[in-house]
Amino acid sequence: MSDSRLHSAPSPARPAALRAASLWLPPEHSWRRVPMLGLVLAVVGLGGCLVFGFMNEANRAQLWHSWLVGSLFVLSIALGGLFFVLIHHSTQAGWSVVLRRIAEHVMGTLPFLALLFLPLLLFGMGDLFHWSHGEAVKQNALLRHKQPYLNVTFFVIRTAVYFAIWSAMALWFGRQSRLQDASGDHGLTRRMRRASSPGLIVFALTVTFFAFDWLMSLQPEWYSTIFGVYFFAGSAMAFFAFLSLAMIAARRSGLLAEVLSAEHQHDVGKLLLTFVVFWTYMAFSQYLLIWYANLPEETVFFAQRSAGSWRTASAALALGHFVVPFFFLLPRSVKRNAAPLAAVSVWLLAMHLLDLYWLVMPNLHPDGIHPSLFDAAALIGCCGVFLAAFGGALRRQALVPLRDPRLPESLTFENV
Amino acid sequence: MAPMRILRPSLPPGDLFGALAEFATPAELYHACEGVRDAGYTRWDAHAPFPVHGLERAMGLKASRLPWVVLVTALGGAVAGMGLQGWVSTIAYPLVISGKPFFSWPAFIPITFELSVLGGAFGAVLGMFAMNQLPTLHHPLFASTRFERASDDGFFISIESWDPQFDRGRTVDLLRRLGAKEVELVASQSGTRE
Repeated sequence: MSDSRLHSAPSPARPAALRAASLWLPPEHSWRRVPMLGLVLAVVGLGGCLVFGFMNEANRAQLWHSWLVGSLFVLSIALGGLFFVLIHHSTQAGWSVVLRRIAEHVMGTLPFLALLFLPLLLFGMGDLFHWSHGEAVKQNALLRHKQPYLNVTFFVIRTAVYFAIWSAMALWFGRQSRLQDASGDHGLTRRMRRASSPGLIVFALTVTFFAFDWLMSLQPEWYSTIFGVYFFAGSAMAFFAFLSLAMIAARRSGLLAEVLSAEHQHDVGKLLLTFVVFWTYMAFSQYLLIWYANLPEETVFFAQRSAGSWRTASAALALGHFVVPFFFLLPRSVKRNAAPLAAVSVWLLAMHLLDLYWLVMPNLHPDGIHPSLFDAAALIGCCGVFLAAFGGALRRQALVPLRDPRLPESLTFENV
Repeated sequence: MAPMRILRPSLPPGDLFGALAEFATPAELYHACEGVRDAGYTRWDAHAPFPVHGLERAMGLKASRLPWVVLVTALGGAVAGMGLQGWVSTIAYPLVISGKPFFSWPAFIPITFELSVLGGAFGAVLGMFAMNQLPTLHHPLFASTRFERASDDGFFISIESWDPQFDRGRTVDLLRRLGAKEVELVASQSGTRE
């Protein structure tokens, strides 16, 4: 176009110039202290957990269950980040280029989060998984039948494979993106696009089997084929909640000032709403089929979760994970304004935590909710590990993919 | 409402429909819209062969009320879906199905969900038609041969004569000043061309 004024209407969102200060973390910026803060939280939280857990044998089961909930909480957000990057490349998305670096940092925490699962594999298996005891398997025909899959050796190998695959994908896509910052080579964009579709297939399979292994096998007699998708839906939702919080926090603290606009925030809000609905769709599909067929080996899952105070938690999930955020997120203005979107994002992260707690804890406390200091300490510690890894990556790289060929499109993006 | 009212647009009274101005480019149309908006006109429209980004801001259009229509029709569909199934299973034809209570709401959710989607979709499409006064079999602007290019390469603004600001001379002057290539007055009665 020779004269853009003649051919298109002027776009008020077009930035005049990008300042370096809004593309890099400035030297004295408060976010530079995030890794330190994360480390402190990790040491205090996880250290406290381990000390008090190992001091008293009676606390051991509580320790590992709380540890599992905390680890799953941060892991699910990181997996959501990996999903977002893969989808971004496979759909050749333009609007989300400015958000991709944040997502890359989120998925970049995956190799570090693998460390959280190490103690679980080494010390926690016996307390978490009924099927890991030889005696229990001998007495239970169903567990004997499942033994070729559900045995400790194969379980450890599978977990190692999941984390190896996720870490490899996160490192590879992160590296290509950084290389493009340096070289500006458009071929890297094509290479990432080609890798993303096979990556999505591998991602879907690994996340599904991870959820089967680490969540469904807590109750090894029970099964639900939709369970992997259920876990994925909640994870993606939690990631979009985290992403909107990160965007809003960045704009509040003067980062990405000319880069992020209400338009990007609007689209992240739409995706958040989408995954609220998608989670509900999966949760209800799972419930409906089990409720309708009414087979004891399937209903045991929901029977347990309608016992005692778990019933309240189930109702709270239906209301707080769907009804309230669904209607709250419907209006356009909520998605475009920072305060309401931040509020609903915090709310949804809390609901995602409740969802994971609701999946794990009935295994330990079948008669009702028993809050424990271990829950809080493990959550703080796991979030600390996540923040340390995320904040460390923030310090090292530009905040957007500087030389992505679609960056201009993303900068001027507008919702029609 | 009579069918006549549905198939014909609401038109200004009298012989004159309004003024029609043609612009050469989308950018000129955009800026002209800003001018017409700032001059305080309320009963007017812009016509382009393709969507022009941001034109609704240039025209000063308020947010559409369509989302509210969709919300109401979607909730209506949900109430109808749940209500119909509940009424059939508890009052009209109560049957014990696989030992479940008569009002087994989880089983009604899929239909409730589908009907709310259907209601929302009907609300969106029919509401859009109603707010655009469609279908319309004929419109006075069709009397202008120039206007045929609104679906090809022409960019137009039409200001209707019942706009409080409308005045033959001053409105035509305004459109000329805003860079119109051609301005013409269009009659309400089809067949007569000015």
